[in-house]
Amino acid sequence: MRTKFDEQLNQLNQELMHMGTMIEEQIQKAVVAFMKQDTELARIIMDNDTDVDREEKKIENICFNLLMQQQPVARDLRTISAAMKMVTDMERIGDHAADISEMTILIADNTYVKQLDHIQKMASETVQMLMKSIQAYVDKDMEAAKAIIKNDDVIDELFLEVKKDLIAMIHANADCGEQATDLLMVAKYFERIGDHATNIAEWVIFALDDKNREG
Amino acid sequence: MEKKTKIKVRDLHLYYGENHALKGVNMDIKDNSVTAFIGPSGCGKSTFLKTLNRMNDLVDNVRIEGNVYLDGEDIYDENVDTTVLRKKIGMVFQQPNPFPMSIYDNIAYGPRVHGIKDKEKLDQIVEESLRGAAIFDEVKDRLKKSALGLSGGQQQRICIARALAVQPEVLLMDEPTSALDPISTAKVEELMEDLKKKYTVVVVTHNMQQAVRVSDDTAFFLVGEMVEFGDTKTVFSYPKDKRTEDYITGRFG
Repeated sequence: MRTKFDEQLNQLNQELMHMGTMIEEQIQKAVVAFMKQDTELARIIMDNDTDVDREEKKIENICFNLLMQQQPVARDLRTISAAMKMVTDMERIGDHAADISEMTILIADNTYVKQLDHIQKMASETVQMLMKSIQAYVDKDMEAAKAIIKNDDVIDELFLEVKKDLIAMIHANADCGEQATDLLMVAKYFERIGDHATNIAEWVIFALDDKNREG
Repeated sequence: MEKKTKIKVRDLHLYYGENHALKGVNMDIKDNSVTAFIGPSGCGKSTFLKTLNRMNDLVDNVRIEGNVYLDGEDIYDENVDTTVLRKKIGMVFQQPNPFPMSIYDNIAYGPRVHGIKDKEKLDQIVEESLRGAAIFDEVKDRLKKSALGLSGGQQQRICIARALAVQPEVLLMDEPTSALDPISTAKVEELMEDLKKKYTVVVVTHNMQQAVRVSDDTAFFLVGEMVEFGDTKTVFSYPKDKRTEDYITGRFG
């Protein structure tokens, strides 16, 4: 009946999962590079961002063709609209991995003034969150997507903790001001990644939602 | 503002001999709106459309139970004059079927049957009807020429004009664009937008995207049952019934 359409939707699904894996890797590497102050790795991450951008364009093209050729309705229309929005969030996450790497390179000449416990916690929480949101998409798991949205508060709270730490750091030693602001930016990028992961979970819900479905 | 109900259908059953072709349909069709009927071939949508102006009376061996109310009056009441009923509820068919006569006479035919003889009055009705069907400018210089010389799309709009000439309240359209090219289709679809300002329009269509484009409400039929009825946007984005979803997304039908 609709073999070709289903094949195209399947391809869209595969590409989204592929892009999900790409940005997961980018973020995980960005965390490692940041913690270890590994500028070489940070550069690789920045270079790889073009691959993420290319994948975004590829997915947009698939969606565009699907809209044109299949004139989708109902679940299909929601799936494709959600995919178009999701890739934008995914691409932004990719950008933030590159942004964090840029900060890593910028700070590399100075060792970290203090233990980065809260930022590290934030990083691992956001990576987890991102992985879960992509998994929720893969598994078409509405409940998992809802749980992710609830969890975003954890990251927002961690961001406030980091901010407090950094203010304390400046109070203790005014010379740390520059590093403190750089670190605050890194923390803000993680916080933004959390927001984009939340958006992805929201699009998963949008695509799956059969809120009016009877029986 | 909530639109008023023009046609109210209650527990309507239709049998072709032993064949139970419509199974307890209930529907409120709103005034000044376009209502679309969709569903696979043989689902009963055209049969249902024809029950709305008693066209099925003309078919042998048909038995109808239930009620259809037009402005609260039961159209199946024994005192109803079907000629008057069909003046109120006009119909346009899949194949354009102009009479083999001039464009003018095609349009004037109905009014003449209903007793209008005055030339000036007829001229006025013909012009208004042709304008109402968005074809006046295309044919104004050849009103005395045969309607059969027009293109399919023009012929279909002539048929719409002919239906409008008797000043109906409701216009039933049975796949009005399925024999037309895309440009003529677009013209008829645009016309439906206009028509609903004055009339209640009900359209049977096999073209799902047409239902999305032109209608305010959509009903989905399957083997004689009205599965789902609701505002078009909801039906095509969040269908309530899985059978509707499967049909509109092309999983069967």
